[in-house]
Amino acid sequence: MSFLNEARFLIKTNIRDYGMYIALFVIMLTFSVMTDGLFMSSRNISNLLDSAGYIAVLAVGMTLVIVIRHIDLSVGFVAGFLGAVAAIFLTQMGMSVWLVIPIVLVFGIIIGLFNGFLIAKIGIPAFVATLAGMLIFRGALLNVTESTGTIIVNDDLFNALGNGFIPSLVEVNGLHLLSLLVGFIGIALYIYSEISTRRNKVKYGFDVISPQIFIFKLLFVSFIIGYITWVLAGYNGFSWTVVIMLLVVVVYHFLSTKTVLGRNIYAVGSNPEAAHLSGINVTKITMIVFGSMGMLAALSGILFTARLQSATTTAGTLFELDAIAAAYVGGVSSAGGVGKVTGAIIGAIVMASLSSGMNLLGVGISYQYMIRGGVLAAAVIFDVMTRKQRS
Amino acid sequence: MSDYILEMNGISKEFTGTKALDDVNFKVERGEIHCLIGENGAGKSTLMKVLSGVYPFGTYEGDIVFEGQVQQFNEINDSVKAGIAIIYQELALFPDLTVYENIFAGNEIRKGPFVDWNETIVRSAEMLKKVKLNVDPETLIKDLGVGKQQLVEIAKTLSKDVKLLILDEPTAALNENDSENLLELLKELRSQGITCIMISHKLKEVISIADKATVLRDGKTICTLDAHKGEISETIIIKNMVGREIADIYPKRLDHQFGETVLELSDWSAYDSQLGRHMVKKANVHVKQGEIVGIAGLMGSGRTELALSIFGNPKKYKLQGDMKINGQPVHFKHTSDAIKAGIAYVTEDRKGNGLFLINDIKNNITAAHLKGISHRGVLNLNEEVKVGSEYRKSLHIKTSSLELAVGKLSGGNQQKVSLGKWLFTGPKILILDEPTRGIDVGAKFEIYTIMNELIKQGMSIIMISSELNEIIGMSDRIYVMAEGAITGELSREGTTQEAIMELATQ
Repeated sequence: MSFLNEARFLIKTNIRDYGMYIALFVIMLTFSVMTDGLFMSSRNISNLLDSAGYIAVLAVGMTLVIVIRHIDLSVGFVAGFLGAVAAIFLTQMGMSVWLVIPIVLVFGIIIGLFNGFLIAKIGIPAFVATLAGMLIFRGALLNVTESTGTIIVNDDLFNALGNGFIPSLVEVNGLHLLSLLVGFIGIALYIYSEISTRRNKVKYGFDVISPQIFIFKLLFVSFIIGYITWVLAGYNGFSWTVVIMLLVVVVYHFLSTKTVLGRNIYAVGSNPEAAHLSGINVTKITMIVFGSMGMLAALSGILFTARLQSATTTAGTLFELDAIAAAYVGGVSSAGGVGKVTGAIIGAIVMASLSSGMNLLGVGISYQYMIRGGVLAAAVIFDVMTRKQRS
Repeated sequence: MSDYILEMNGISKEFTGTKALDDVNFKVERGEIHCLIGENGAGKSTLMKVLSGVYPFGTYEGDIVFEGQVQQFNEINDSVKAGIAIIYQELALFPDLTVYENIFAGNEIRKGPFVDWNETIVRSAEMLKKVKLNVDPETLIKDLGVGKQQLVEIAKTLSKDVKLLILDEPTAALNENDSENLLELLKELRSQGITCIMISHKLKEVISIADKATVLRDGKTICTLDAHKGEISETIIIKNMVGREIADIYPKRLDHQFGETVLELSDWSAYDSQLGRHMVKKANVHVKQGEIVGIAGLMGSGRTELALSIFGNPKKYKLQGDMKINGQPVHFKHTSDAIKAGIAYVTEDRKGNGLFLINDIKNNITAAHLKGISHRGVLNLNEEVKVGSEYRKSLHIKTSSLELAVGKLSGGNQQKVSLGKWLFTGPKILILDEPTRGIDVGAKFEIYTIMNELIKQGMSIIMISSELNEIIGMSDRIYVMAEGAITGELSREGTTQEAIMELATQ
């Protein structure tokens, strides 16, 4: 098979996976051209990624929730509420950041497990159970901020999570060295893992893609990582938000693709009855997925509070819908069993890119909503079409 | 000259590759109760679907003559308009609506643009009287027992001026009392001039009620028997139902000694609290090591429910009695416990609850035993491909790639994947539920060969099957079930299809 034919074949068979990368690429390119390169400026990309952070971590959890054919509407106000709780712990109770973050994350897990309990054990439809949660935590958020109104957080360490950047060590030609290093290490790790996977496959005697395509793929992905690193290093380097986001993706990607737990989650989503008859504890899996969702909601709340440097009475409003939209744009399927964690992040970045690009172009907010709605619909149409093609 | 209300002449119907109906002739006289009999898969339901327009005109060959006219039903509504009504096994009632709303659902009595509820209630009461059901029309359907629901369904049909009433196994879900009432009602309707076709597995019912009976086998009409000429008797029907000889399609197996008893059930009962009846009644079953135990019985006889109740009880039946594995009493809380104890269950409904259709072959094979390809919860994906390749080779799964979604495979290959999935769990007792349903002869033979290979390795197999020749051809010992109870135990030697059918239709 020639290089081009193989490439065409790979794209055709993996169109679902590549679709959103292509979409992201097209969106970024379009905005760059329309804004004379302003869109791809270091400052804008850095802001864009930071603003995507708290939705992206929600989208990761939401993807798994949708994979097992459920939904979680409570995450927005759970994030808002727990963000406020974090602020209260820091300011009114004077607790240390190192204590507050784990405690808040554990609260998130407990809330998530409770949702999971209602859904898996009691049998309440996820839509209703989490709608109730949405109302309850909206009330809880108002309740804890009632006496104080907006709570200003002055803890620099905490606020750095939303606004700060990793230290630069030394600046080289205006580029931040540590960020560059992180980028290089990322590229090195990527190349190493790809090569070792390929070696392993060859050892087992399995089919692998041709060397040309393999090298092309390595170069292409390395170039993308390198370019983003370079862009970010030209501003303030990697922000803590981006680092946390990457960490969440790496951990969840590993969990979902390389572990028994991940495999069981997808099995439950693909066919719950068959999963039960295969000895998989569907109740337990549902609880775990909602527990993880709760934890990520807590993380999202922390990131958002840190970003605003304060907890507001309306924090978390509509986060859940943004997260659901990001998950769908990222390729999750409501029929269950399909959807990737990496897709969720790309989905969140696509949505953030749309907002950012349109803001730069001065598109009115009314049109922005319409366009984002259109993109969401298009993503789901794409899902339905490729699904038909497959079966 | 007889007065036929319905004549179906030379009906043939083909599904990709297989002939479900082959030149079937079926004639029903006006005002009689005509029973349609045959094994599972003989073509009874297909024939009725052709008649009712589920399979529209043009998708089958042959003529339907109803009331002296050739009919071309393009959809169900056409046959309903002509006066043909079918009541299926699964009732089509709305459980949360009242009796009167159900009786006139889709056929509402109107006064101008509005529904005339008062008239509806009055008319419903009349209909209920007709079917001798003494309930308030305002009762909710879900508050009635299955037997009464069946009567409501009949009342609903009668409200539509029906000439030909077709009942698909109407007593399958009923207890004896309700069954008898229903049969009485059918006789009553006959006296009112309504013609009735009844599909039934219970020969005693057929004998007590039928004027005529037509036997189908392998998609062909075998004969039509006339009660008034004394032709309807158990022996004659059974002989015609099974008829064919056991072809030489079963691999030879060398005689061998069985080991210890590996599974033993005593007075084993399973009660479904949702349906409110016993799915398994006081079953006593044992299986020895290296044995193939066949479980015969007609659909709905409780075979699958028995298997599920053994396999960790996923349907949450209330269980009674004792189960022992290798002599040790066991109590499974979840299917995973059963798998750990060495039981595997290959489901009847591959697509519905057996396989993960959107996932690929290797994923499916390892799904029930991820421990086998993981270390501390982390998967070894290369090991998974290796396992997949091994089963692909040993079970002859024909596919272009292990990464193909299972939904794209043929039935036979899907069944092999299903089998592979369970063999990978390393079971001691393998339960196969209809292992060869819907797969071609070649693949069947392969599966039989695999089964023989497995018992040689010391596994025990419980095989549930509706195909009597398969049961006789493969089993060392046979249990026959009817209405949840074991009605007989037969040994391989000297068992005939007739003997099994007799026990299954008790």
